[in-house]
Amino acid sequence: MAKVLVFIDNPGQALKKASLELLTFARSLGEPAVAFNGELHDGVAETLAAYGAQALYRPSAADLDDYLVGPKAAYLAAAVQTAGATIVLTENSAEAKEIAARLGIRLGAGVITDVVGVEPGGTAHKSVLAGSYTTTAKATTPVAVLTVKPNSITPEPAVTGTAPATVTVDVPETAAAASARITSRTEKAASGRPDLGEARIVVAGGRGVDGNFGPLEDLADALGAAIGASRAATDAGWIGHDAQIGQTGKTVAPQLYISAGISGAIQQKAGMQTAKVIVAVNKDAESPIFEIADFGIVGDLFKVLPQATEEIKKRRG
Amino acid sequence: MGPAGAVNAVKKSLQIGASEGVHLSDDALAGSDAAATSLALAAAIRHLGADTPADLILTGMASTDGETSLVPAQLAERLNLPQVTFASALELDGGKLTARRDGDTHADTVEAALPALVSVTDQINDPRYPNFKGIMAAKKKTITTLSLADIGVDPAQVGRAGSWTAVETAEARPARTAGTIITDEGDAGIKLVEFLAAQKLL
Repeated sequence: MAKVLVFIDNPGQALKKASLELLTFARSLGEPAVAFNGELHDGVAETLAAYGAQALYRPSAADLDDYLVGPKAAYLAAAVQTAGATIVLTENSAEAKEIAARLGIRLGAGVITDVVGVEPGGTAHKSVLAGSYTTTAKATTPVAVLTVKPNSITPEPAVTGTAPATVTVDVPETAAAASARITSRTEKAASGRPDLGEARIVVAGGRGVDGNFGPLEDLADALGAAIGASRAATDAGWIGHDAQIGQTGKTVAPQLYISAGISGAIQQKAGMQTAKVIVAVNKDAESPIFEIADFGIVGDLFKVLPQATEEIKKRRG
Repeated sequence: MGPAGAVNAVKKSLQIGASEGVHLSDDALAGSDAAATSLALAAAIRHLGADTPADLILTGMASTDGETSLVPAQLAERLNLPQVTFASALELDGGKLTARRDGDTHADTVEAALPALVSVTDQINDPRYPNFKGIMAAKKKTITTLSLADIGVDPAQVGRAGSWTAVETAEARPARTAGTIITDEGDAGIKLVEFLAAQKLL
């Protein structure tokens, strides 16, 4: 049976849904094990056991977070060899993809990113060219590295839990030498809203919001949605770059995408056109966004959005 | 690196200020995945730096087709260089590089000693446009075309054959079609909510 190693970087106090999804995929592909970095809290260890992890690997070094990518890739390569894994699964964040990238070179392993499904034989499903093509791809090497997008599978604990032992993996001492050092970190204020990449609903604004995201935030909070933005809005400095959706920002595929004051140029569409349902509000009836909207409103977002927010609150009593 | 037509990108780089261009082009490169692409680029960089190695290698953040963002990290791994990736601001002070890297929950300041590899996001600056002077000056600059043989890469290591991943199937996603479009007559917000309720999205 294939050994599948799931990499979880800083599991924290409780595992993220995306990590549970990786564990669920891992069981469908073979025998799962976990390589983590950072602290392992008791609650997390219990969840890993409930999800069927057969072994846990931890790094001999405690300072991997002080460096960018390189040492984590070196640790993971050592963990793959110790575990004898032939499939490695990581999340799909920018850093995780880069760790996967360097791991691939170290192991001579093919790397497939942005995976949304994996068949038992290792064939991965993904989209390319801004969501305009769906493809299947496979690593042709003895080891395959897959970075998996969130919301790709429903997390399910194993039928039978495990009691995995923790094994310490030596991180090569040379790993940090040719690496960039992270000298300071500024935490961004938490919005209390869901993570943009994982949100079921996204409310996004563009040039038309004219610096005022207030009505979008009110609607987002009524719907339990995340806030996104077009490049025009982030370039104007109205909202942080981490909210940017599109070719040079994030790609999202929520159940519902509400686009407000965004014209819908191709670079924007690239980040959201695989959303299940698209609603668009824009003053300009000629905006390209209306070509792909399931429900479009030609109107003033500062009137339409607050009215919708009120109506939702009214319906919920 | 790219087919014959990619030389236009090299020309544009010269027009906006680069002093010399190199175009790695070889039929055997077609179909290269990220691993094969990084192998060819690493070999080209070593070839160009045989006498004077590069201090700084700058790349973009992702291609617009595969959008994997793998190549900069893989290039750094192959060249054994520190990677300073997804930089939104960059400063160079002597032999030391300082960059800002924005994450979802935090922003990092990252430092590395040269030589290093840096990939930048679209936040890094506003690219200048080629002006007449630049276009004229570019005509006097050199573009060197390199083949795989020039950089000592076996064609079997790159292209479809040398890649570590293979695309098995590709299917065009059905084009999205427009749905219901209404013009606000004072009640569009309520109609929006009715639509969401009908779609069971509330």
